[in-house]
Amino acid sequence: MQTRKVTIDPITRLEGHGKIDIFLNDEGDVDHAYYQIPELRGFEIFSLGRPAEDMPQITSRICGVCPTAHHMAGTKALDALYKIEPTSPAKKLRELIYNTFMLEDHALHVYVLGGPDFIVGPEAPKEQRNILGVIGKVGVDAGKRVITTRRRLRELITYLSGKIIHPVFGLPGGVAKGLTKQDLPKFQELAKDSLDFALFTIQVFRDIVLKNDDYVKMITSDAYTHQTYYMGLVDENNKVNFYDGKIRVVDTEGKEYAKFSADKYLDYVAERVEPWSYVKFPYLKPLGWRGFTDGTDTSLYAVAPLARLNVSDGMATPKAHEAYEEFYKILGAKPVHHTLANHYARVVEMIQAAEKMVELINDPEITSDHIRVIPFEKPTVGVGVVEAPRGTLFHHYETDERGILTKVNLIVATQNNSARIAMSVDKAAKGLIRKGQISDGLLNKIEMAFRAYDPCNACATHALGQMPLRVNIKDITGNIIQTIRR
Amino acid sequence: MSDKPKIGFYWCASCGGCEESIVDLAEDILTVAGAVDIVFWPVAMDFKKSDVEAMPDQSIVATFINGAIRTTEQDEMVNLLRRKSQFVIAYGSCAHLGGIPALANQFPREQILKYVYEESPSTVNDEKTRPATSIDIKSHTLTLPGFHKLVRALDQVIDVDYYLPGCAPTPKLLKEAVMALLQGKLPPKDSVLAPDIALCDECPRKDSKPTDVAYTEFKRPHWTLMDATKCFLAQGVVCMGPATRGGCEALCVNGNMPCTGCFGPTSRVQDQGAKMLSSLCSSIKPTDEEGIDAVLEGVPDPVGTFYRYGLAASILRVKVNKE
Repeated sequence: MQTRKVTIDPITRLEGHGKIDIFLNDEGDVDHAYYQIPELRGFEIFSLGRPAEDMPQITSRICGVCPTAHHMAGTKALDALYKIEPTSPAKKLRELIYNTFMLEDHALHVYVLGGPDFIVGPEAPKEQRNILGVIGKVGVDAGKRVITTRRRLRELITYLSGKIIHPVFGLPGGVAKGLTKQDLPKFQELAKDSLDFALFTIQVFRDIVLKNDDYVKMITSDAYTHQTYYMGLVDENNKVNFYDGKIRVVDTEGKEYAKFSADKYLDYVAERVEPWSYVKFPYLKPLGWRGFTDGTDTSLYAVAPLARLNVSDGMATPKAHEAYEEFYKILGAKPVHHTLANHYARVVEMIQAAEKMVELINDPEITSDHIRVIPFEKPTVGVGVVEAPRGTLFHHYETDERGILTKVNLIVATQNNSARIAMSVDKAAKGLIRKGQISDGLLNKIEMAFRAYDPCNACATHALGQMPLRVNIKDITGNIIQTIRR
Repeated sequence: MSDKPKIGFYWCASCGGCEESIVDLAEDILTVAGAVDIVFWPVAMDFKKSDVEAMPDQSIVATFINGAIRTTEQDEMVNLLRRKSQFVIAYGSCAHLGGIPALANQFPREQILKYVYEESPSTVNDEKTRPATSIDIKSHTLTLPGFHKLVRALDQVIDVDYYLPGCAPTPKLLKEAVMALLQGKLPPKDSVLAPDIALCDECPRKDSKPTDVAYTEFKRPHWTLMDATKCFLAQGVVCMGPATRGGCEALCVNGNMPCTGCFGPTSRVQDQGAKMLSSLCSSIKPTDEEGIDAVLEGVPDPVGTFYRYGLAASILRVKVNKE
C-alpha cells in the first residue's frame, strides 16, 4: 500500500510551534490531517509555592503578544481569591487599559496578520500578502495611520501599566497607578482619534471585503464552516463585554445552553488529552467528550470574536451595535458558523473597544486617586475570567492562608478553540487535496483555516512577511517526492 | 541578494514578547529593515533549516536568539546558527539568563506532565493518556519532540558574543545594538549591551533610597499602599533595583511597582540573587533567629523573588529532584 504523509512544519508559532501532518489514503485523498502543538512549559506547576500576588506578572509570560489578557485575568483571580472588589475608579482604569489593549491587538490582526488575506486578497502574489501590501491597497497615509495609532494606543497602556510587554498594574482590589488630570487631555484626544480609526477600519472592510462577492462567498463557503457551540462573556443585558460578566454558552441553533459565573467554570468545561498533541482539547463537560465532530451532536465550543457576537444579544455601545446588526444582515441569522467571519466580528469589536475608551476617558472618576483597597480577608480560592482578544481566558488559583499557591489551573483562550481548529485544518486539507494532487493554493488556504482563530500563531513579526510553510510529500519509506515551499 | 549585512532572528522557548519588542520599533522598523538583509526569521520569512545549512559558515553577520533552551530541536538549531554567524546575540531574559520558564527547574519534569495531563481539575483522563513522542493511530505514525529535564540559558549551550537584557528588551536598546553592529562600534565580547549601572542609578526615586536601613519587616505589595514618590526599599517593599542592571529607564517603577530584576546583574555582580540577598539580609534589624524568620515572612518565595529571571544562569541553577 502506498500511504503518503504530508508534513507542514513549522506552520508557525503557537507559544512556540505548530505542525500539521496530513495522511493520504490509497486513492491519494486525505484520510486525516492532524494539527499538532509540540510545546509545553508547565506554568501551572512552576507557579506553586509562590505568592499569588506575583501571578499577574508571571502568567503574562505565557504570551508576549497578549500579556495584558493574562495579567488582567490574573488580577481578577486575585480579587476573587482575596474576596475584594476593586474601587470604582480602579475598575474603570482596568477597563480603560483593557479596551485600549483590545483595540490595538485587534488592529494588529486586521492590518498585519490575518487581514492581508482579505485586504490584499487570498490569491494575491505572496510577496504582497502582508502589511506592505495592505499599505499599497489602503494608501501610504492610511498605512502610517495604522502604525502611529497602534503606537499611541500602546503608549497609553505603558503609562498606566509601566511596561507594555509585560504590564505591572494589577493588584487585588485595584491598580498600582492612576491617571493624572494633567495627562488627561492627550489621552482624551487619543480616544477620539481611536474611534475615528475604528470607524475608518470598518469602512475599509466594507469597501474591500463586503463589496467583493467572491470574498463573501469564500467567507460563507462550506470549507470554512463548522457548527459548534459558542462561549463568551456577556454583561447583565447579555451584551458583549471583554472585561467582566457572566460566561454564556449558546448551542448550534443559537439557543442559550448555559450562563454561569467564573467560579462555576469546572461544572461546564472539561479538557481531553490526546496522545498526538501537547495541547489539551476543551469541551462542554455535561455533554461529555464526543470526539472531533461538529453538528447538533457535538460537545465542542468555540471562542473569540465570532463566538462573542454569537453568544450576545448585541454590542454594548451604539455604533458597534449598528455594525453588529449589519453583520447579521449580511451573513444570516445567529449563530453564524463561518470561521472566516471572525475577521469581520473583530472589526465590529474594535468599534466597541474605541467607544468604551471614549466613555471611560471622559468619566469624571477616571482621574480619581482612590485606586486601591487593601484586602483583609484570608485567601482561599479565586477564579478570574476575561475575554482575551482570542477568546475566553480562565485563571484559577488556590492558596494557603498566607496567599501561597497550592493549586493553579489555566485554560488559555486559543486552547478553547483547539478542537475546532484541528477540525478546520482537517476539513481544509480534505477539501483541497484530491487524488494526490496538491496545489500551491493549499498552503495559504490551510493557513487561513486557522489564522482566523488565532493570530497568536502568526506572531506580530508577521509584519515583514509571512509565515514559513513547507509541505513535504513523502512516500511510505520517508523519501521526499515533492516539496512545496514559500 | 544585496551586499547589505545579513541579520537573523530566531526563537526558542519564549512567549513572543521579544518578537513583539522588535515590532515596537514602530516607525523605526522600516529604517532597520532598510539597512540590513534579514536572511531568516521563522515567523516572518520563508526560512528552512536546510537553507541555513546551505549558507557558508560565518556568512550571517549577527543572529539575535531569544528564548531559553529546553528541547533537542532548539539545541541543534542554535548550534547550527552559531556556526553560520559571526556574532550571536542572546536577546531577552530567557536567552540571557533562562528567564521565567527556567523557574521550572525547581520541579521535576514528571510532576509537570502528571499535573497537566492527569491531575488538573478540568482534565478528564481516566485512561491516563499522555502525549507521546511517537504514536501510531490507524497505521499513521505521529511524532512530537521530547524535552530536556532542564531549562538552560543560551550560553550554557553555545558560545554567545553579546547579550541584550530585559523581559522584553526595549526598542531603544535594540536600535542602539543594531546601529553599533552596523557601524562596527561593538564593545568587547561578552558585553551586555545596556548601561553598566544599577537600576537605582537611573531610578526617579533614587533620592529617597535609604543609605542606612534596618528592616523590621518586608511588606508584600498587595498588602501595602505604596507611596508613588518614595524608594520602595525605604517603604519596606523588596525592589531588585540595587542588584539589577539599568537601561530600561525604570519602567516598572514608573508603573508604581518594584523592579523584579529582568535586566540581570551588572558586570560587577556575579550572582544577582546572592547580591540582593546579602544586601537585604545585612540590613535586617533583629539578630535572633526567631526575629529574623519573622522579618523574612515577607519574602515567602526567595527563589521567585531573587532569581525570577536568572535561575538557569545562577549559581543555584537547579533544584536536585529525586524522582
